[in-house]
Amino acid sequence: MGEPDTAEPEGARRVATEARDRVRFEEEALALADQVYRVARRFVSTREEAEDLVQDTYARAFRSWQSYTPGTNLRAWLLRILTNLNVDRGRRLQRRPDETPLEENDYYLANRMVESAGEQVLDQDRVVERLSQDSIVSALSTLPDDFRDVVVLVDIGDFSYADAAQILDIPLGTVMSRLHRGRRLLKARLAEEAVS
Amino acid sequence: MTDCDKCEELLQGYLDRELSDEEVSTAEAHLDTCDYCRRRYRFEESLRVYVRTTAAERMPPGLMERLAQLRTNDAGASPI
Repeated sequence: MGEPDTAEPEGARRVATEARDRVRFEEEALALADQVYRVARRFVSTREEAEDLVQDTYARAFRSWQSYTPGTNLRAWLLRILTNLNVDRGRRLQRRPDETPLEENDYYLANRMVESAGEQVLDQDRVVERLSQDSIVSALSTLPDDFRDVVVLVDIGDFSYADAAQILDIPLGTVMSRLHRGRRLLKARLAEEAVS
Repeated sequence: MTDCDKCEELLQGYLDRELSDEEVSTAEAHLDTCDYCRRRYRFEESLRVYVRTTAAERMPPGLMERLAQLRTNDAGASPI
């Protein structure tokens, strides 16, 4: 974009319009902060890191607000900045390289619970009784980074497959396969606790 | 592949509302008649909700104020 080369009144109007657009952008972005934080918190291991990441994300977003296209998904735009910052800084949770992911089928957790407590266990919403909050948080943190990114965006952030693909800059098919494998791994980890 | 295997394969996409109309019909037709899969569908559905609610931590107090400060501190003065 070139510099304005216009008479004073038009230039002044332009400045006023831009200031108004900027304030509107900032307010809309801030209104999403809690949702952005929820995703950030599961990308990193500590609350402090999540706060830093969100602050850095907003600092960058406020600087480059003009590259956001009004009417498009602002939450996805913010998360794109956040995931890039997270990858750049090497702050991602580490998985031990010798830990080979095991894969089970989609009904694995349900079937393990049935084996230990009978088929009716599934009718009574016992999942809540058998899985602690800590176990879910810790199972998520043990997923390989690439899988966890997608699981967190879709299952915690409530993003569509297409949004997740755009945020992570990967093909839709890759989102689907990582989500599929990530959820299976998550359930395998949860099963270890649920039936122990 | 049995109908239950097929249903298992479709179930995550069904819960995500990412299936085609034809796939939705296939999944729903099977769920209507199969107790085994219907129980697992309900289980997966409640697991989703549970994971979402337990893993979602609210923003710590004070962070919103710090974010709001970024916009005024940043006004027109920051390097690219």
